[in-house]
Amino acid sequence: MRIELVRRPQHSALFSALSPFIALGLTLVAGAIMFSLLGKNPVDALYYYFIDPLTGIWDPGNRWQLHELAIKAAPLILIAVGLSVCFLSNNWNIGAEGQFIAGAVAGSFIPVLFPDFQTWATLPLMLIFGMAGGAAYAAIPAFLKVKFNTNEILTSLMLVYVAQLFNDWLVRGIWRNPEGMSFPGTIRFNEYAILPQIWPDAGRAHWGFVFALVAAVAVWFMLSKMLKGFEVKVLGQSPRAGRFAGFSSAKMVFFVFLLAGALAGLAGICEVAGPIEHLNEKISIGYGFTAIIVAFLGRLNPLGIVAAGLILALTYLGGESAQIALGVSDKAVRAFQGMLLFFVLACDTLIHYRIRIVGALATKAGEATQNA
Amino acid sequence: MSADGNGANLLEVRGLTKIFGALKACDAVDLTIRKGEIHALLGENGAGKSTLVKMLFGSLEPYSGEIIWNGQAVRITSPGVAKKLGIGMVFQHFSLFEALSAAENIALSLDDQTPISTIAAKAKAVSYSYGLPLDPYSLVGDLSVGERQRIEIIRCLLQTPELIILDEPTSVLTPQEADKLFETLERLRSEGKSILYISHRLEEVKRMCDAATVMRHGKVVGHTDPRKETAASLARMMVGSEVHAVVRAPVEGIEKAEPLLEIKNLSRKPATPFSMALRNISLSVRAGEVVGIAGVAGNGQGEFFEAVSGEVKQPDAGTIRIRGKDAGRVDITGRRLLGAAFVPEERLGHGAAPRMTLSENLFLSRYATDRKAFVGAGGLVKESAIDSATQRIVQEMDVRKSARNPEAASLSGGNLQKFIIGRELDRRPAVLVVNQPTWGVDAGAAAKIRQSLIELARSGSAVLVISQDLDELFEISDAIAVMHNGELSKPLPRAEATLEKIGLLMGGAEPGHVEHPLEAV
Repeated sequence: MRIELVRRPQHSALFSALSPFIALGLTLVAGAIMFSLLGKNPVDALYYYFIDPLTGIWDPGNRWQLHELAIKAAPLILIAVGLSVCFLSNNWNIGAEGQFIAGAVAGSFIPVLFPDFQTWATLPLMLIFGMAGGAAYAAIPAFLKVKFNTNEILTSLMLVYVAQLFNDWLVRGIWRNPEGMSFPGTIRFNEYAILPQIWPDAGRAHWGFVFALVAAVAVWFMLSKMLKGFEVKVLGQSPRAGRFAGFSSAKMVFFVFLLAGALAGLAGICEVAGPIEHLNEKISIGYGFTAIIVAFLGRLNPLGIVAAGLILALTYLGGESAQIALGVSDKAVRAFQGMLLFFVLACDTLIHYRIRIVGALATKAGEATQNA
Repeated sequence: MSADGNGANLLEVRGLTKIFGALKACDAVDLTIRKGEIHALLGENGAGKSTLVKMLFGSLEPYSGEIIWNGQAVRITSPGVAKKLGIGMVFQHFSLFEALSAAENIALSLDDQTPISTIAAKAKAVSYSYGLPLDPYSLVGDLSVGERQRIEIIRCLLQTPELIILDEPTSVLTPQEADKLFETLERLRSEGKSILYISHRLEEVKRMCDAATVMRHGKVVGHTDPRKETAASLARMMVGSEVHAVVRAPVEGIEKAEPLLEIKNLSRKPATPFSMALRNISLSVRAGEVVGIAGVAGNGQGEFFEAVSGEVKQPDAGTIRIRGKDAGRVDITGRRLLGAAFVPEERLGHGAAPRMTLSENLFLSRYATDRKAFVGAGGLVKESAIDSATQRIVQEMDVRKSARNPEAASLSGGNLQKFIIGRELDRRPAVLVVNQPTWGVDAGAAAKIRQSLIELARSGSAVLVISQDLDELFEISDAIAVMHNGELSKPLPRAEATLEKIGLLMGGAEPGHVEHPLEAV
């Protein structure tokens, strides 16, 4: 008996829709195995990961968990929406983490260096600076790819470490809060430089989540209804056909990197101007990398990415609650996320291939016809 | 000549079946090859010829059925087994390393550790005794396609096979090279060897083969003696219905018509070490005419198409003129807007994006020229307009498909080509440049495509057709030029062009000296 993959004549709409769910299911099974190997009760562990953070959501007096979920989901969705455009056009931007930090740093420029500039324009300017910073940082691997044909996976990834160390140097060095008791971090932003909360009475979710939803809908509209989205897909699927159509792949590289960089930069400045309220050395908990999983789990569809972003935000919250309740290492979250990406990519095979099990039975049938 | 005396069956195939998913690629195929016979295997693309041959050569395993070799039932599980039995194969697409010599390439396919010098000596002996002269120490990269095929044949002969399978051997040869090949095949037959000859060129099958098996849709539809058939009756067996001959009415006064596509001194350096430089190509195509460009594959046709289409621009604006306007420095979209349309050689991945639907593939080449119809304010795509245009083309060109708007990759080659050509014809372009319009397309679809190209020209457009298929060019062209080694000969008017003249030019006779009588060959 052996298992064969048989190419489908058309891609399967059924499995396009099912594959993320199959992947989630397989991740849960593999996660349960992982927890039992760690000596924890797998049912408890999964409860704390996926159910506990959601309890109380429907209780009107206790909506803060939902807000925490939105806080974690906002950067994931913003970044993943940009990455989906990159990945669809066959540009492998792995450096969103760096673009996130670049946006946070560029946007913090105003409140850190000009703390007395306090007008209604402060926050919009910060957001614009953040987007510009992320886009400019993403332009580096784009330029290197177009000009020198370098591999953007490597350059964008390496620039993550440059951005992390640069930020680290800033918050420990020239931007450090003189009254911060030598802790790394800038001064607290003034009130005009803080991103407001959507519904302050219920929880601390900020406008970044709204930006994420707007970005998802806008990019979905571009990808599915507009000429530009068509161009992205053609160049991604079939570069030579794209050239035949008259599309420029060099311009496309810049377009997708700048778009993804701007969205990652926006996520970065929203994070520091929102929940953190100042720039420090650990502004990201790996959002830029987790967003890659979000993008694929959402099938590179911005609307799917909203759902996927909420699911991965849940693993962050669940990781915390499992750590508190069961003493599971917080590294287990990363393992979880890694397994999820693995299963998502594996399940995507089912969209273009079907599995056929060639058993002893088929061979026998063959022989029977042969004898007949 | 006739090998009837040999009589005994070398190979018998009974009820051979191969199933791929839901498709029966070969359905209970019977085939008998006698000793000392040239046996033709005829059929359109997708009829199951390649699948059958692959089962005989051991690269595919049959689902059911039996193979009897020299009176004994055998199982051919791998090409190695086939070689041991005495079955050799010359593939349509060569598997040679360009940077190695002919002898080294031959050595690679032999299992034992024979020194190169011995192989070279053997290869040389075999090559001369069969009239296939070849220097075993020459680099494959320097050889012509015909010479490369000789290496493949000699490699096959060195294993002293009883049965030699040739897959479309003449599709890459000039007529003169093909004649040489036929002599070799006749020589092999007279030695009692058998040949399974796969071809869709009916004239050469009639001329050489002792028996023919015709396949259609995976089934054998007939065993026949091709010498007693006509080309038309063989074609009918292959296609299953009457193939309409292409009608080409000659045009009057074409010399006075205005040239719509002008190419002046087009040169291009090779883009990669293995691509061809273009040298000083000049050509003009007038309104109302079809000009054909013949040539053996790999002589610069692909590079020429890229330069004319604008996928690669020229430094000098006047090099390409479309409808009297300089277009050399304009990209492919700009050239389309000037009224030109293009159909590249490769359908999947170049002319069409394989995993996109037909309507998306229509949009692919026409989003700029039909911007008013297909794109609304703010870059919004008008899907319903594109969809109705798609269905119009599908009807016009009789494209057969499984769903209303399927992915391009799910169509058969012929149907996709009809769609791609139809997509451009639907625009009524003033200039149409087509590379290999009917490559790998079944006879019925090919006839439809050829007729539509002629009709486009007769309605006042200029049509430039690049093709390796000489029969096709003779059928549709008003003038034929030949591309060889990156150079283009002067176009010969159809009335003056003969197979011999064109063949000599394809083999590299001086361009520009075609007026000299060459019929002597």
